[in-house]
Amino acid sequence: MQAHERITAAIAAATKSGRPALVPFITAGYPKPADFIDTLKAIAAVGDVVELGIPFSDPMADGMTIQRSSFEALRQGVSLKWIFDQLDAAGSEIDAPLVMMSYLNPLLAFGYDKLADRALAAGVCGFIVPDLPFEESADLRAALEAKGLGLVQLVTPATPEKRLQTLCDASRGFVYAVTITGITGGDAGLPADLTQYLDKVAGLSSLPVCAGFGIRTYDDVAAVGKHAAGAIVGSALVEVLERGDDPQPYLQSLIGQ
Amino acid sequence: MSALLQADEASALLAAAIRGELPDARGRFGPFGGRYVPETLVPAFERLEAGVREHLHDASFQAEFRKELHEWVGRPTALTYAPRLSESWGADVWLKREDLAHTGAHKINNAIGQAILAKRLGAKRVIAETGAGQHGVASAAACARVGLPCSVYMGAVDMQRQAPNVDRMLRLGAEVVAVESGDKTLRAAIDEALRTWVTDPEGIYYLLGSAVGAHPYPYLVRELQSVIGEEARQQMIDLAGGLPDVAFACVGGGSNAIGLFYPLLGDDIELIGVEAGGTGNGLGQNAATLATGTPGVLQGSYTIILQDDDGQVQETHSISAGLDYSGVGPEHALLQATGRVKYISATDDEALEALEELCASEGILTALETSHAFAAAKEYAKKHPGKRILIGNSGRGDKDMPTLTQYPARTRSHAGA
Repeated sequence: MQAHERITAAIAAATKSGRPALVPFITAGYPKPADFIDTLKAIAAVGDVVELGIPFSDPMADGMTIQRSSFEALRQGVSLKWIFDQLDAAGSEIDAPLVMMSYLNPLLAFGYDKLADRALAAGVCGFIVPDLPFEESADLRAALEAKGLGLVQLVTPATPEKRLQTLCDASRGFVYAVTITGITGGDAGLPADLTQYLDKVAGLSSLPVCAGFGIRTYDDVAAVGKHAAGAIVGSALVEVLERGDDPQPYLQSLIGQ
Repeated sequence: MSALLQADEASALLAAAIRGELPDARGRFGPFGGRYVPETLVPAFERLEAGVREHLHDASFQAEFRKELHEWVGRPTALTYAPRLSESWGADVWLKREDLAHTGAHKINNAIGQAILAKRLGAKRVIAETGAGQHGVASAAACARVGLPCSVYMGAVDMQRQAPNVDRMLRLGAEVVAVESGDKTLRAAIDEALRTWVTDPEGIYYLLGSAVGAHPYPYLVRELQSVIGEEARQQMIDLAGGLPDVAFACVGGGSNAIGLFYPLLGDDIELIGVEAGGTGNGLGQNAATLATGTPGVLQGSYTIILQDDDGQVQETHSISAGLDYSGVGPEHALLQATGRVKYISATDDEALEALEELCASEGILTALETSHAFAAAKEYAKKHPGKRILIGNSGRGDKDMPTLTQYPARTRSHAGA
């Protein structure tokens, strides 16, 4: 099984057990770098796939919560190299496939070939790059696919239908359906016409669709879960960590455990 | 940086640039440029690109734009001979007077052009970022002129350094949004404007102020600013007796420099861009992006940026808010890589000294940004006597008085002191 197929399989397993897959997001090394691996293990014990945010100086698609966590992690010296070193040391103790969410520049600076090697060795199965549209992504996709890693494509309510099909076809692991026209961390709730949009994406995609942005509660996850295979929970979880609370009960509450 | 391109590749790209073939269909200036934006904005950028293609060189758009430049902005701006600087430097010094344009800097050329475009594209409102406040003021004025609501995103640090400009924007009817995230300067303001655009990509027009960012902005801004170089070129022939030997412009994002240089690329004129050398050569002490940066992606474009080994973008320092930026327009990155334009820097102190010299000898209070170009031109004149020098006097310095009052005037004593 290629690495990106592990992501798809983990989501399919949740579907098989009759519930939406849960994809929690954390900013690596936040709030404390020393707790990174323990936090990751705790989250991976509940989440089906874990999205690991790489801190960046200019997180232009993120709202205040993830911006704050990103700047704070950077201030404490978190870097992509440090994250790989930590993951290597943790070995096989993390029992969910990892997807790295990173803006492009840290990946460029690291070098694509080295990135793919280290990601594969560290148990990372795919990447989400919010400032890399499909048209600019050929080099990174080639480097990742050479190692069986996937580049997850994002689609949004603003994506025209023809482009939606292109992005669904190009995606690996799952299709990331952004629920709102906006940035992460919004608290305006989910839009009324969400179900129609998610059904449309699911109809065009041969991969499972996971919905993200603005998902905070059990009801949100349940609502999204009727029309998508999984729910991505980012800012709300980062807020839990920011308060110093245990993330596990919160994540369990989202899937009624 | 010339190692980024092979010699034959560099000369082919330069020839293409001179023929007006860049950016290419993918928004690239050779390896630089492109469009690195969140998926939500991709359709908005495609609409903008189509709108630029449809309107920018259309006769009706050009007629309205040229009319506004003439009757509202006050173009053509003067070309001024600087006799006392010429004598003291041992050169023939000419100034392209963008400081005389409406609202006090070249920024208005781009702002009115894009405001007219926004109107034609059916935008409901305009957002803009600003560093020194000049682009914010220009956008506020241009939006008032065409009748569109305008919100200006400005870093909280810049709002303090440029308080008079904040008040001007408010009086021109714009909303000014304080940006408290990131470094609280221009880069954070652009990030925040992009985040806002993501919330309503169909209704909002983003009026970007420099020749930076994702395609088509570097192209659009260059086309609107090229009026500077087109006018200056003709004025040099008419008034100075011929083209200059060398032309200088300051470079932050690089809109005034590309506006001056682009129409001169095919001429036998040495072109020199001057960045902010700040207080020193260390990371974080300056904004000399082309002189000390490396290739990377920032705010939508593959260009030269100031970053650390991990690809984290670094904060900058300059006495002038308008040059205080960690990136630079992708076309400048290409012009450097091909060797056509040379990019050097001037320090805070050199800029201050040049500002005072220009004030005292020609009666022109130039902007701190522009002063960097004067400092470099003076150095050049010392080494190359008898040259005909053109300097892009990109803006006036009235907005810098809060900063300047922190430094005692050196060139003369106060009356009665």
